[in-house]
Amino acid sequence: MSYLLPALVGLVCFAMLAAAFVAIRGAGMAIAILAAGLVSLMASVLFLVLAAPDVAMTEAAIGSGLTTFLLFFVLGRVRGGEKEEGGHG
Amino acid sequence: MVHVVMATGFLLILIGFYGALTHRNLLRMIVAFTVADTGVNVVIVSVGHMRGRSAPILDRAVAAADAVQRIIDPVPQALVLTAIVIGVGVTALMLAYAWRIYRQHRTLDIARLTALKG
Amino acid sequence: MVKRLVALALLAVFGLVFATLLTGYAPDAELNQTARYYAERTAADLGAANIVTAIIVTYRGLDTLGEVTVLFLAAAIVGLVLAEGAHDRSRMRPPVGELLTTGTRFLVPMILLLGAYVFVNGHLTPGGGFQGGAIIASAVLLMLLADPLRHFSHRLISAIESLAGILYVAIGIAGLFLAGGFLDNRILPLGNLGELASAGAIPLIYSLIGLKVGAEFSSMLASLSETEEP
Repeated sequence: MSYLLPALVGLVCFAMLAAAFVAIRGAGMAIAILAAGLVSLMASVLFLVLAAPDVAMTEAAIGSGLTTFLLFFVLGRVRGGEKEEGGHG
Repeated sequence: MVHVVMATGFLLILIGFYGALTHRNLLRMIVAFTVADTGVNVVIVSVGHMRGRSAPILDRAVAAADAVQRIIDPVPQALVLTAIVIGVGVTALMLAYAWRIYRQHRTLDIARLTALKG
Repeated sequence: MVKRLVALALLAVFGLVFATLLTGYAPDAELNQTARYYAERTAADLGAANIVTAIIVTYRGLDTLGEVTVLFLAAAIVGLVLAEGAHDRSRMRPPVGELLTTGTRFLVPMILLLGAYVFVNGHLTPGGGFQGGAIIASAVLLMLLADPLRHFSHRLISAIESLAGILYVAIGIAGLFLAGGFLDNRILPLGNLGELASAGAIPLIYSLIGLKVGAEFSSMLASLSETEEP
């Protein structure tokens, strides 16, 4: 039982780093934005494990939800303007 | 455990900085900034954590009398709460300006935005 | 290529600094002085069960006022930057589908209720004005998704926003006269720890913050959605 929590933390940390890598190097803009949202969502899980439920709620609602939607709003407006490096997702 | 989380936060900051410095697409740079932002928040929250203690909320499990021995540091949490909210405000500002630039120049590639060079 | 090398060198320096910080870090065994003060005094002084809320709303209330102001400025600048060219909205768009429209009608009141629940209970449970405000803004977002041509009344949003702001400052000034200082929550009875009607003015202030933050996020979303596609 005492190994369960550190294992979970290690897994979430690894997934966060992988998602961050996708957000920077991923093929399409839409995938990058989703990956950045995923990093925020995993961070909110980490905050919960670190006994910070207030911060976890804020990160899930604002950092993960609103920021991703704002980015997608703008991505929808500039479709076609991001031809270089990767192009469309 | 805290060290693992802190190392992850630092690595997220580095990944975000790398993305923001090497990409030429404004939208990509903004995404990289949000990743670095998350990394900073993870580091600050992990500083406040203490092994074997619970969240700074008083209830039946944590009485007010022995709160000093039972709860973790609430100050970094309050700090990060503020940082997240301000972070989304900053992101929205960056996005609004990026959209404005796109409308005027029809590109998000900073290499082609020669008018911005002094 | 030179640019990438410079970036990598910069990151190496940062990495070195972070590695030094990480290897030299040892978690505290005891709360430091500030945290100890908050842990010992919050329940007796303010009657709030959630210490993070107590810090945000009362101990560092002035900072939160500043934070909400910064958020207001951000929303205002977003509106200003995106203001021009937001006229041509008569073009037909494909309908969004029955499921989304009906689902929105069903879900929006519940999301609003959840948001209100989160910020009213901010002094007892995790959550509060900022989280509740974001939840309320997500209801607005759902309405925008269901009907992209819907025009939200900016006047209504800004009326809610400024009313909440004025009441927030008024409660702060009332604390100056009736209690210990600006934004002191003891202008109302503290009540019993753990009850909904406790912690003085904290639930009231956090609800106002929730309305204000919800209005600010909604205005950001509304101005972004009103931009026309190029």
